[in-house]
Amino acid sequence: MTRTGFVVANLFRKRVRTILTLLSVIMAFLLFGLLQSVNSVFSSGADFVGATRLFVQARVSFTTSLPLSMVPKLEAIPGVTHVAYQQWFGGVWQTNTPLIMFTLDPQRYHDVYPEWKMPEAQWQAFEQTRTGLIVGRQLANQYGWKVGQKIPISSNIWPQKNGSKAWAFDLVGIFDGKDEDWQKRTNLAFIQQDYFDEANQFGIKGRTNFFILKLAEGANAEAISRTVDAMFENSPDETKTQTEKDFNISFVKQIGDIGLMVRWILFAVFFTLLLVVGNTMAQSVRERIPELAVLKTLGFSDGSIFGFVLAEAFALVLAGGLVGLVLASLAGALVEKATGGQFLLELDASVWLLGVAAIVLMSLAVGLLPALRARRLEIVDALAGR
Amino acid sequence: MSEPMVQVHNVTKVYERGKQKIEVLHGLTLEIPQGDFVALMGPSGSGKTTLLNLIGGLDKPTAGEITVGGQRIDQLGSGQLANWRAHNVGFVFQFYNLMPVLTAEGNVELPLLLTKLSGAQRRKNVAVALEVVGLSDRAKHKPRELSGGQEQRVAIARALVSDPQLLVCDEPTGDLDRKTADEILGLLQVLNREHGKTIVIVTHDPKAAEFARRTLHLEKGQLLEQAA
Ligand SMILES: Nc1ncnc2c1ncn2[C@@H]1O[C@H](COP(=O)(O)OP(=O)(O)O)[C@@H](O)[C@H]1O
Ligand SMILES: [Mg+2]
Repeated sequence: MTRTGFVVANLFRKRVRTILTLLSVIMAFLLFGLLQSVNSVFSSGADFVGATRLFVQARVSFTTSLPLSMVPKLEAIPGVTHVAYQQWFGGVWQTNTPLIMFTLDPQRYHDVYPEWKMPEAQWQAFEQTRTGLIVGRQLANQYGWKVGQKIPISSNIWPQKNGSKAWAFDLVGIFDGKDEDWQKRTNLAFIQQDYFDEANQFGIKGRTNFFILKLAEGANAEAISRTVDAMFENSPDETKTQTEKDFNISFVKQIGDIGLMVRWILFAVFFTLLLVVGNTMAQSVRERIPELAVLKTLGFSDGSIFGFVLAEAFALVLAGGLVGLVLASLAGALVEKATGGQFLLELDASVWLLGVAAIVLMSLAVGLLPALRARRLEIVDALAGR
Repeated sequence: MSEPMVQVHNVTKVYERGKQKIEVLHGLTLEIPQGDFVALMGPSGSGKTTLLNLIGGLDKPTAGEITVGGQRIDQLGSGQLANWRAHNVGFVFQFYNLMPVLTAEGNVELPLLLTKLSGAQRRKNVAVALEVVGLSDRAKHKPRELSGGQEQRVAIARALVSDPQLLVCDEPTGDLDRKTADEILGLLQVLNREHGKTIVIVTHDPKAAEFARRTLHLEKGQLLEQAA
């Protein structure tokens, strides 16, 4: 037997209680791992996106559309080299798989996004095919789509003139990203704005959700975005212009401040955990006060006793924490697979680091008071049950 | 005989309970030679446990001197005292006080975790101690799988395993039936006679006197007689 063996043996004095406590630690860290990686997916934004593009949306919200008549005015701004636009299509594959799908002008989009790599012939086909559709490599692989196929896609927003929400498009191109980061985002689908303008039932024409401005090398993004917003101030179409990165973040924030939500959930989870494990530790020390006194009698120092109790707390939280984090990475991998890589949930180093810090802090939080109590025990009082 | 095993000189013990002060021992003096087997008797509350705890270095006197095995222990700090106990004294309690999560073997090994002995040496010493108390065949049993008498034997093995010269036992037979109590007292007698351990037991059992070399009576914190 060793001191470690003794600590572990003590953990299993009340098997059921220890297992239940362990399960709650595991659950908490599983949640922690998943939520934290969701959070880091969203909050990291896209660092690799340069500041060479600006996004212009309606000031109220990007769900409010802006008229395409703004294009020439935007193009006239010094420093702006190209203008593209995108409108949310609300595409749905089969019954309920939402697609990240936009209507746009092929040539303009191509000019603004050199990061997408696709044979020129396919770009041309996209431009020339009214019902054309291009998709990213990931999406194509996920559903086994091939160029030349007709892809039925419905829209949860836009019916066609005949009232049907079921649309069909000709897949004319599949694009890749210029590097690994961009390749990860090839889960997008694009169709022609012109075709959409013509075919949608509401007769919505010439409007879009946002413009994308490509800036000249060395242009002052800050100044240009102020210029744009000033230009449309007090018009019916006031704008809000920001960098692509900020736009990506605020896009996500429309769903809610994920970071804040995650923090609150984790706070609640860990607070509960603190109570559960703290109670287990306090109880386990309380019920073996005579035993702790005997250890002191045998010659274990106050410091050793303190160490024993703290080690128990640490072992409990460490075991549960590691299992929880491992489960989270397994679950993350599953989610990633199930969504065909559309939803990346990997526990990166920062999540693990944070997890280990949480394990250490949690151990201290639940172990310190019981350990101090054990350390302070007076042998004669404890032996006599006083 | 060389110097005494235990010297208690003019020891006073006062417990403070809030504002209340209880003086339990009043200038008590006592000498226990090496190799003695003393039965300490007396009514409840007379201070027997208090005296035993002082001799065993579990508590410190309010005044007076205590020397055990040539070492003044009343002046040691609590860390030094813990270390001193680990090497010089073995304890046996009325309710055995074994660790329920450990086997007999594990319980006996516990004090050896405080020594520098190797794992193999520890196991050897544990086997010897269990042999001495006649429980080799129960080494792998947990306390709840043992009878009271067997538990007390394990406790005695635990007290012996680091080979202290002094054993202090607080009502070691208080929770046992007559026959088992006699066996335990017999075992202590063997430890005294054959292994040369100095033993002090607190007991209510008049028969314990038959096993001890002498009996001391404590009443209201004072020794009544000191049989030769
Ligand atoms: N830690 C303590 N605090 C306060 N009073 C104590 C303490 N220990 C013992 N006493 C009191 O001292 C007296 C003697 O106790 P004790 O030595 O346990 O007697 P015995 O073992 O002879 O029954 C009792 O009145 C007891 O209440
Ligand atoms: Mg007593």
